[in-house]
Amino acid sequence: MSLLSIQGLSLAIGSYDILHDVSLDVAPGEIVAVTGESGSGKSMTALATIGLLPAAARTTGRITLEGQDLLSLSEGQMCSLRGARIGMVFQEPMTALNPVRTIGDQVAETILQHEAVSRAEALDRARAMLNRVGLPEDRFPLSRYPHELSGGQRQRVVIAMAIALRPALLIADEPTTALDVTTQARILDLLKELTQDFGMGLMMITHDLAVVAGMADRIVVMQQGRVVETGPTMHLFQHMQHPYTRALFAASAHQVNLPPAPPAAPLLQVRDVVRSYPRPRRRLFGPRPVMHAVDGVSFTLHRGERLGLVGESGCGKSTLTRALLGLEPVQAGEILLDGAPVWAGNHPNLEVRRKMQVVFQDPYGSFNPRHRVRRLITEPFHLLADPPQGEARTARIAEALTAVGLNPADADRFIHEFSGGQRQRIAIARALINDPALIVFDEAVSALDVSVRAQCLDLLADLCRARPLSYLFISHDLSVVRTITDRVMVMQAGKIVEQGPTEQVFTDPQHPYTRALLAAAPTLPDIKKKTANAP
Amino acid sequence: MIRYTIGRVTSLFLSLVVASMVIFAVVEVVPGDPAAYMLGVNARPDTIAALRTELGLDMSAPERYLSWTSGMLRGDFGTSYTYRTPVTQMILDRIVVSLPLAILALGLTVLIAFPAGIYAASRRGKLGDMGVMGATQLGVAVPNFWFAMILVLIFAVKLRWVSAGGFPGWGHGILPGLKALILPAIALALPQAAILARVMRSSLLDMLGEDFIRTARAKGLTRRQALWRHAVRNALIPVLTIIGLQFSFLLAGGIVIEQIFFLPGLGRLIFQAISARDLIVVESVVMLLVALVIIVNFAVDLAYAAVDPRLRVRA
Repeated sequence: MSLLSIQGLSLAIGSYDILHDVSLDVAPGEIVAVTGESGSGKSMTALATIGLLPAAARTTGRITLEGQDLLSLSEGQMCSLRGARIGMVFQEPMTALNPVRTIGDQVAETILQHEAVSRAEALDRARAMLNRVGLPEDRFPLSRYPHELSGGQRQRVVIAMAIALRPALLIADEPTTALDVTTQARILDLLKELTQDFGMGLMMITHDLAVVAGMADRIVVMQQGRVVETGPTMHLFQHMQHPYTRALFAASAHQVNLPPAPPAAPLLQVRDVVRSYPRPRRRLFGPRPVMHAVDGVSFTLHRGERLGLVGESGCGKSTLTRALLGLEPVQAGEILLDGAPVWAGNHPNLEVRRKMQVVFQDPYGSFNPRHRVRRLITEPFHLLADPPQGEARTARIAEALTAVGLNPADADRFIHEFSGGQRQRIAIARALINDPALIVFDEAVSALDVSVRAQCLDLLADLCRARPLSYLFISHDLSVVRTITDRVMVMQAGKIVEQGPTEQVFTDPQHPYTRALLAAAPTLPDIKKKTANAP
Repeated sequence: MIRYTIGRVTSLFLSLVVASMVIFAVVEVVPGDPAAYMLGVNARPDTIAALRTELGLDMSAPERYLSWTSGMLRGDFGTSYTYRTPVTQMILDRIVVSLPLAILALGLTVLIAFPAGIYAASRRGKLGDMGVMGATQLGVAVPNFWFAMILVLIFAVKLRWVSAGGFPGWGHGILPGLKALILPAIALALPQAAILARVMRSSLLDMLGEDFIRTARAKGLTRRQALWRHAVRNALIPVLTIIGLQFSFLLAGGIVIEQIFFLPGLGRLIFQAISARDLIVVESVVMLLVALVIIVNFAVDLAYAAVDPRLRVRA
């Protein structure tokens, strides 16, 4: 008998239909992954199950948990189920906890909310639950506050809160998307273990097929509010029926063919760069301790080379990027582009800066929403002494937009009229318009859906074939870095711990940290091999 | 927490020292010799010189600064140039009116603003919210002196519940004193309450959109429980800032209200002292007000840390 059964669930907000006839089941002890791209309705399905939909949402269909129809329950009855029979873990561990209350208090609250026990007993049980999720008492007393914990530790607290009463069903909405790969692997292991130990059903919402492959017993693939395919994990991967599933899988495993890099000639030279920040004083008049965000980094990026930079959050990637772009001075060492320093004296060297462009992660946040595309992508012209005017300017705009696969007529539109992938294309057009010597891609495809990400990677490869493009590609996503770069550097705690040709580093990592990163990264199943071995 | 408190206390004392220097310097550059002013245009130069010596005006500036500050530390603010009475006594007479008035007004402000703000936020977009927001709009717009006069007309002239003005002193017991202060306090409090209620509401609404409210709801808390247990305390930070500013304003900014209700408060004292060029009184009252403001800000800083554990680690 299934634990959770969703039958014919449809959901509309106003005149927008969000879900159409969604049906899925979760059995006790089973992990069911609901996957799909943004807007597929996977999160709404989760929120409908726990009864936390926006007030304007209207639902039809049935959601039964342990034989009880959830959609027919009153708000009061739902409150007594939430936290007790259904637990939920959310995506953003950094903000999911109340910053002004202790972790013990917040875990105990789940227990106190549903059971008539003393505060002391609730705290005892909270302690036991925190121990269970890997936060032992000596290092994580109940009196800790969320800001004293890392993202992964906070996610463990959220999990402890959700499972404190051993719910029958746990819903996890992108529980590891905001975490580093090594942390992600540990949280996924924990969730798997808990599902087995407690015999609860786990409904896991994720966009990442590789995570799904390693976790789930069954997969539900959603597209635009419908379930398009469902089945046991390995079976579904081997016999993908629906074209959307196949497209999703192909996009996740997408590889590009980069043209060979031209012979080595140094473009960007980084020598012994140190960037440190003073931290708050420990004592009133004591010395300020120093944190070395970038600690003696040296590397060379050659002309026409595609160089990758990987590392986990806090390793110094962003600080290094800011230093390379001349946005901040460094304390020691030098950064030369074409032999000229990016920072001359007390101010950035504009001669060098105009030869560098950057594409950031958030394609919407990096544009002024009140300007037209024409003005947005010509922003780098400000750096030129003699920017093109009139016809020449229009021609450059058209050229840049065409290069990224957009239409020259798009120049007169506003940024909100474009999709996420198109916005990132516009960001690339903006970076290309000055014909820079070097482009920095800072997590440029991380926020995109897999299919859009695949298109963007293809675009980069196409651009490389059309012109010698030199770039530094910074990402936490190892599979993307593997296909889009010639050489890769691995950064840990402000230092480059390993660098070399990409394939070599990925197939034969030397440094233990690189090995740990690669081992932790979830991978897609190798379908061809599996089918070949199948009886 | 201890380190944070020590840091705040140090900053409190440094601020007081700097403030006293600035006030002294500003009063120094004000044109006009107090001695000449006191004796009138026909005074003989030697009389003026004698008075200058008597007032200590012939000492050098650093000497006068030191004697002024060391006097203050002993509770001696000097002697008023015009009234020839100790400034300490003058201030004491006034502060027993101004301080209770400010505290009463602030108490009323909080008592009105918190429930109104929380109620409006919990009923966002509904009739109750619109009602409260409309009322605060009115409260911000209506000048407090006009509102004060309406209060006098209704409660003093028509209903005769309280007297229209004046202050009987605290000598006849607490009740008559409070009765004299209640109308001015209401007049001072209402516009402040309107502002604070709006801040409370918007701060709460921000908090209600936070992820941790959703987490709390997923634990089984009702909407109301999530608001009270998780949103209110987080919403207090901006509200505390405003409360600190409002207290400073209520303490010294009530001069118009003091005038309407014939209250012998600090505002009127400083106004009279400036007109009479009674610099020693001006200096002392301003210093006292500045000190009170700095102490209030210090209290607000401590309140921040009490509310938000993240501030306790940073000094």
